[in-house]
Amino acid sequence: MEHYVMNLTLKVWRQKNTNDKGRFETYHVKNISSEMSFLEMFDVLNEQLIQEGKDPIAFDHDCREGICGMCSMVINGRPHGPWHRNTTCQLHMRAFRDGDVIVVEPFRANAFPVIKDLVVDRSAFDRIIQAGGYISVNTGSAVDANAIPVEKDKADAAFAAAACIGCGACVAACKNSSAMLFVSAKVAHLGLLPQGQPERKTRVLNMVAQMDKEGFGACTNTGACEAVCPKGISIDYIARLNRDYMMAALSSPE
Amino acid sequence: MKWKDLFTSSVGKKWVMALTGVFLILFLIVHAGINACIWANDGGVMFNKVAHFMGSTIVIRILEVGLFLGFLIHIFQGLILEFQNRKKRKTGYAVKISIKESTWYSRSMGLLGTLILLFLILHWKHFWVPSRFTGIPYPEVILESGKKIHNLYALMQSTFSELWVVIVYVLGCISLFWHLLHGFQSAFRTLGVSHPGYLKIIQRIGFIYSFIICLAFAMMPVSMYLGWVK
Ligand code: SF4
Ligand code: FES
Repeated sequence: MEHYVMNLTLKVWRQKNTNDKGRFETYHVKNISSEMSFLEMFDVLNEQLIQEGKDPIAFDHDCREGICGMCSMVINGRPHGPWHRNTTCQLHMRAFRDGDVIVVEPFRANAFPVIKDLVVDRSAFDRIIQAGGYISVNTGSAVDANAIPVEKDKADAAFAAAACIGCGACVAACKNSSAMLFVSAKVAHLGLLPQGQPERKTRVLNMVAQMDKEGFGACTNTGACEAVCPKGISIDYIARLNRDYMMAALSSPE
Repeated sequence: MKWKDLFTSSVGKKWVMALTGVFLILFLIVHAGINACIWANDGGVMFNKVAHFMGSTIVIRILEVGLFLGFLIHIFQGLILEFQNRKKRKTGYAVKISIKESTWYSRSMGLLGTLILLFLILHWKHFWVPSRFTGIPYPEVILESGKKIHNLYALMQSTFSELWVVIVYVLGCISLFWHLLHGFQSAFRTLGVSHPGYLKIIQRIGFIYSFIICLAFAMMPVSMYLGWVK
């Protein structure tokens, strides 16, 4: 791929804190290399802002290699930007052309309040995981990893679900601000494995209850989540959750 | 969990929409089948007889109550869901989220449903209210057995003699087509079908079903208006 440099206009959401109303600010960046990542381009912009004595733009990031799920932003109307199955940190500037105008906004959902600029509070996801995303294991010396046989297809499906990095793009893209794709991935990941069977029913009931409590919307199977998911989590997991939920609810002892 | 939670949880609400949706999908087959009798081209004799039968037995009367409830629950739950979901994002996006992989009609079920509801109100006023309550302003038909039955066919003919009514009905059918195209397969996903193979088959059946049902319904006012059936 040919290397090139570009000048860009950025419209970035700036918001001092959760209570601030927030607004868009326009910035110009020059000589951006097509080899840079989107976040590196932001680093360049922030250097520039610091030199000008201005407040740098706050954005979330950690691994910068597509595995932690921190880099939440909506780029030109698409969470994680224009590339398919990709995180913002793995989006490279060759996705853009000289002279482009790029609008960057935080993930929007009541359950994800903005903390500052592009940083949103996604601890709602942590609380959903706490509600059921665990298995019971005896304390003591570690169990032999291969003691419980797992069928290959189940292991593969569980692994595909476990690929969810909890980034929240599914919520950001959904017209209902629903967290169903995320929750369905977590429920399937453990529910498909023999180790996850003891809590299978309480897990799905509790995680859905927590999801509703956090203020996420209800799923209507639009498939927008699947389209933007950097890990390609399939909405078929949502169908699985619906089934698991009903089975658990109908056979719940109380 | 309490049993009530089933109906108030987000997943439970989906189940209610899906179950009532499947019920209405089945009803549409019956409805379209009965109305297709107008194409017997016998001056509405067959149609009037079948329509009379549908109103005459106690079993069907009881089913009708169920049907009415099915409609009400589907409509109210749908509207409530739409409004509740909208409220989950108080601050919207400056650039509208554009995801071409997700179909526009799957994201417009509330709008399509509302259009269908508006059409339904007119439809009920045209047919259901006169045949159940206010009476049909046409002389009854006398069968060979001497039994007198409503002339619903004449009511259909006069209703569909007005162009604007025909247009509204066709628009209603178009909204119904898009609503069903998403609703049919979405219902099965909600009911827990997650096998990709079955989902593909269901999607195809859903398309065929939506197409045939809506085309059949749309052709009824059109063929009456154009005088294709006598
Ligand atoms: S399901 Fe996909 S989009 Fe949603 S949180 Fe997990 S990785 Fe992110
Ligand atoms: S920074 Fe870790 S996934 Fe992007």
